[in-house]
Amino acid sequence: MSVSTDTVRRTPGGVGDSPVRPDGTFKVSGQFAYSSDLYMDGMLWGTTLRSPHPRARIRSIDVGAALKLPGVSAVLTHEDVPGEKVYGLEIADQPVLAFGEVRYQGEPVAIVAADHPETARRAATLIVVDYDVVDPVCDPREAVGHPFWKQVHDEPGERTAMSRDKAPVHPEGNIVRHQRVRFGDPDAATADVVVHGDYEVGMQDQAFLGPESGLAVPGEDGGVDLYVATQWLHVDRRQMAGALRLPEEKIRLTLAGVGGAFGAREDLSMQVHACMLALRTGRPVKMVYSREESFFGHVHRHPALMRYEHGADREGRLVYVRAHVLLDGGAYTSSTPAVVGNASTLGVGPYVIPHVAMDAWGVYTNNPPCGAMRGFGAVQAAFAYESQMDKLAAAVGVSPVEIRIRNAMSEGSILPTGQVIDSPAPVADLMLRLEAMPLPAPAAADIRLLPGGVSNTTHGEGVRRGVGYAIGIKNVGFSEGFDDFSTALVRLELVGDEPSVLVHTAAVEVGQGLVTVQAQIARSELGVERVTIAAADTQVGSGGSTSASRQTYVTGGAVRAACEGVRSLLIERAVQRYGEGEYRLVDGQVESLRDGVVGDIASLLLDGAVERTAEWRHRPTHPVDEHTGRGDAHVQWAFCAHRAVVDVDVELGLIRVVELAAVQDVGKAMNPDAVLGQIHGGSAQGLGLAVMEEVQLLDGKLRNPSFTDYLIPTIMDMPPMRVEVLELADPHAPYGLRGVGEPPTISSTPAIVAAVRAASGVDLKRVPIRPEHLVAQGSRH
Amino acid sequence: MEFFRPTSLSDACRLKSEHPDAVPLCGGTDVMVDINFDRHRPESLLDLTAVPELFGWSRYDGHLRIGAAMPYTAIIAELSAEAPGLAIASRTVGSPQIRNRASVGGNLGSASPAGDALPPLLAVDAEVEAISAAGTRRIPIHEFFLGPKRNALRPDELITAVHLPVARGPQQFAKVGTRNAMVIAVCSFSLALHPDAGRVGTGIGSAAPTPLPARKAETFLAGELTDRWAEPTDLSEDVVRRFGELVAAAAVPIDDVRGTAAYRRHALSVLARRTLTWTWADHIQRMGQR
Ligand SMILES: Cc1cc2nc3c(=O)[nH]c(=O)nc-3n(C[C@H](O)[C@H](O)[C@H](O)COP(=O)(O)OP(=O)(O)OC[C@H]3O[C@@H](n4cnc5c(N)ncnc54)[C@H](O)[C@@H]3O)c2cc1C
Repeated sequence: MSVSTDTVRRTPGGVGDSPVRPDGTFKVSGQFAYSSDLYMDGMLWGTTLRSPHPRARIRSIDVGAALKLPGVSAVLTHEDVPGEKVYGLEIADQPVLAFGEVRYQGEPVAIVAADHPETARRAATLIVVDYDVVDPVCDPREAVGHPFWKQVHDEPGERTAMSRDKAPVHPEGNIVRHQRVRFGDPDAATADVVVHGDYEVGMQDQAFLGPESGLAVPGEDGGVDLYVATQWLHVDRRQMAGALRLPEEKIRLTLAGVGGAFGAREDLSMQVHACMLALRTGRPVKMVYSREESFFGHVHRHPALMRYEHGADREGRLVYVRAHVLLDGGAYTSSTPAVVGNASTLGVGPYVIPHVAMDAWGVYTNNPPCGAMRGFGAVQAAFAYESQMDKLAAAVGVSPVEIRIRNAMSEGSILPTGQVIDSPAPVADLMLRLEAMPLPAPAAADIRLLPGGVSNTTHGEGVRRGVGYAIGIKNVGFSEGFDDFSTALVRLELVGDEPSVLVHTAAVEVGQGLVTVQAQIARSELGVERVTIAAADTQVGSGGSTSASRQTYVTGGAVRAACEGVRSLLIERAVQRYGEGEYRLVDGQVESLRDGVVGDIASLLLDGAVERTAEWRHRPTHPVDEHTGRGDAHVQWAFCAHRAVVDVDVELGLIRVVELAAVQDVGKAMNPDAVLGQIHGGSAQGLGLAVMEEVQLLDGKLRNPSFTDYLIPTIMDMPPMRVEVLELADPHAPYGLRGVGEPPTISSTPAIVAAVRAASGVDLKRVPIRPEHLVAQGSRH
Repeated sequence: MEFFRPTSLSDACRLKSEHPDAVPLCGGTDVMVDINFDRHRPESLLDLTAVPELFGWSRYDGHLRIGAAMPYTAIIAELSAEAPGLAIASRTVGSPQIRNRASVGGNLGSASPAGDALPPLLAVDAEVEAISAAGTRRIPIHEFFLGPKRNALRPDELITAVHLPVARGPQQFAKVGTRNAMVIAVCSFSLALHPDAGRVGTGIGSAAPTPLPARKAETFLAGELTDRWAEPTDLSEDVVRRFGELVAAAAVPIDDVRGTAAYRRHALSVLARRTLTWTWADHIQRMGQR
């Protein structure tokens, strides 16, 4: 007898349900302990002295006066770094503490431990650093030494030999990575309709709410324990081991409460510093960055200068795309190479294009280092290629939706890298669904819902409505041949007569809901409702990074694999007890497919706990060729599309986004509430980039390192959303799921800009849009 | 750091004269930010939140006396009819949490060019009531702002209240910011019509080292309206435009992280035109209802 699907019993709180987050109530009620709340008796407070200059040579550092201040226990400089003086995610080039030269404003120069944070800060001001200030290199075009942007002709020439010698920020030259993608015959391709555009993306900050913080505790074995908010415990540990000259097993990391991440915690911040101070003083040392320091303490999203040319036939079918993307990586490498990889391999969008010539550069400058942020290289390019698609639509006289449908990629399409899209790619479907959604009511009667919001700037005067569409493509997981795996330990045992599952991974919960989904997988796989998620730490193998929309896929895959191991062991016991047959575990029971329920899971556990550890990898990816971009670089692709409806006050240049609608294919909605949360949050972050969020720089210096002037959307800025979620299974992924976190950030920005263009008639080339971009200045006083 | 918490105005006054360096604290929404950011570490704080005389408001001879510590939330709830310009401005300040604590006294104390309560006070010729051991004096608002974050208060003085006429005509306030709430003004403008006196008042925010009135714009508009208060008719586009130009011309803006000088002038002209249109329409309607 087979069990028909509609009568199959399910374990509550499993895959596809939306159980309540275990940390939800604590977070909402203010009881959740974040990393900045850590405390230990007798602990010292660490602080960091940072360079005020974007570029200077250090002649000398005098810590004498600082050391003499009562209450100060240690003042350390690069001379005190026990091991490697530099670290980095991909290339070790970032000094733990500056030596010889500082290359960006805010670069750490010295660290202090004292019995009070105030004392530590006062001591830091007493450190005398003799700087020989040098003119910084702030324009990435200048940094590559090839100002193709300032060319008279549209066709950029090849980079010349002088490129590397112009004002080098690093001795080996300023180009971190130059990735070409060549597909078809882009040099020869011609087209009836050609549209050009230059685009610019400003520097966005992740703006997480919980600043960098952690507590380092010296161990009796000469090692150190670090409690920290981060995104990848094991990669932190690897870098720390080098700098601290300690074997990895003597560095034990435990995840502390993370107040958001969005990529900003991928690089080290205070990890090595706190441990150096703890090891030197023999006391626990806590470090917490202030909001202002946080702006200097982590990488930002790469600003981009982009030039695109699209050629199409008269019906708007793309013939070729030629594109240049210049990404400002700032002073150190961080993850610039991978960001360039994404920008180049995904840089023409989810479209079928016979001929492609794409060049993407990541360069060093004396601006703040840039690295990972939600969307990671795909965000910048999408603003350009989606703006171009709208231009093309206008040039051939079709709608923005129609132009995208005519060029949409689908399952079986080939990327310009030659890789075949071998899972659903419902690009056209997403656009059609968006277009079919009802439009919101015309401009609101409540003036607070007009552009300007509560500031009472218009009662309807100058307000124009606009609608815009955009779609994006994002890779999920680490690409280009990276060995991307996660580890999970799963133990099933009796706790007070009840079967209970313990899931232990090192994978980091940053607010996205990983702790919830790990438990859901365990419930569905093992038929046990009670699941405990152990604190993430380095006592179990690596969980990989909480980035690239990968954790549900990869750590989820590892948890499932470990559960499958546990289940087989348990079913062996069932066979021994109940005889040969096929069994499944559901809702605490052992079910024989032939005879129905034969017993309960608890009784099988009387013989003892069952435990399995699994290391799980997604299918392998491959590097791309430097000159052609050829290579199966990506694991999976995710697609989200947005429609934005905006009201623009065209006289004041103020914007209110009235509605954002999104359609996203998630393969399988593992936790439907969490999926919606990601789509809402990602869309809001894209909205921020479209209309307000920018780290403003002047000669390499930050002008707005505070939430007073680095504005992020409030509830008055982020409109209600209509969201449709598709579940087209990816046959290669666990449960058919697709990564969810990044795609909504990518398309919301260009959709909003398109809507603002439609409302205002202004050809906007840059995000974030500022009022000045929308009004003709100095004209109508 | 010493912390004083007087429970009467006389105690507060005495403490301030004994400790002229003590930093007064009302809502603390500016003071505490400065302390947290390590911009200012006063030797002592003078917490005024337990001084009952500084809260609440009263009405006398067609005037209002608004206690220095009265929070914006209370102004919005209780004075929207009597002080409409100030009430509209209060709605634009910060977030609900800030409005629950922050006060006009603190806004005057900070004397930031971006203080949102300040342009409406200029537009109605308010007076600042200050007290010291020597007694009480009233400082005309037009003499109060000396420079960016500098005011006419003496070190031994405390602000006790602001005095302003009960509105006899329409008043408006509008503020440009690059976010739809919780934003510091890129520029702001307040307009008050005084039909009884045949005058108009203005206040410009965030477009000069101090909040300031647009005097030429006031004179021009008052002239245009001279014979029209009693039987108002629609204003010509020329008048509205000229008023906007004069307001923009009165500003002395700079380029900064929040916006450019050129944009500020442009936006002020737009705000001036719009607030004039709204207030005049309001006046026409009121006269029609008589
Ligand atoms: C998140 C946030 C958002 C904000 N948004 C806005 C905004 O939109 N618009 C705006 O205008 N402001 C804004 N502010 C600034 C602040 O809220 C206002 O300036 C507010 O009016 C200050 O009032 P307070 O009572 O909190 O002043 P306090 O911080 O208590 O005092 C401010 C200054 O006035 C002095 N002072 C206070 N009371 C007296 C007194 N009785 N006599 C003499 N001196 C005195 C203090 O010594 C201090 O110098 C914001 C602040 C924050 C933190």
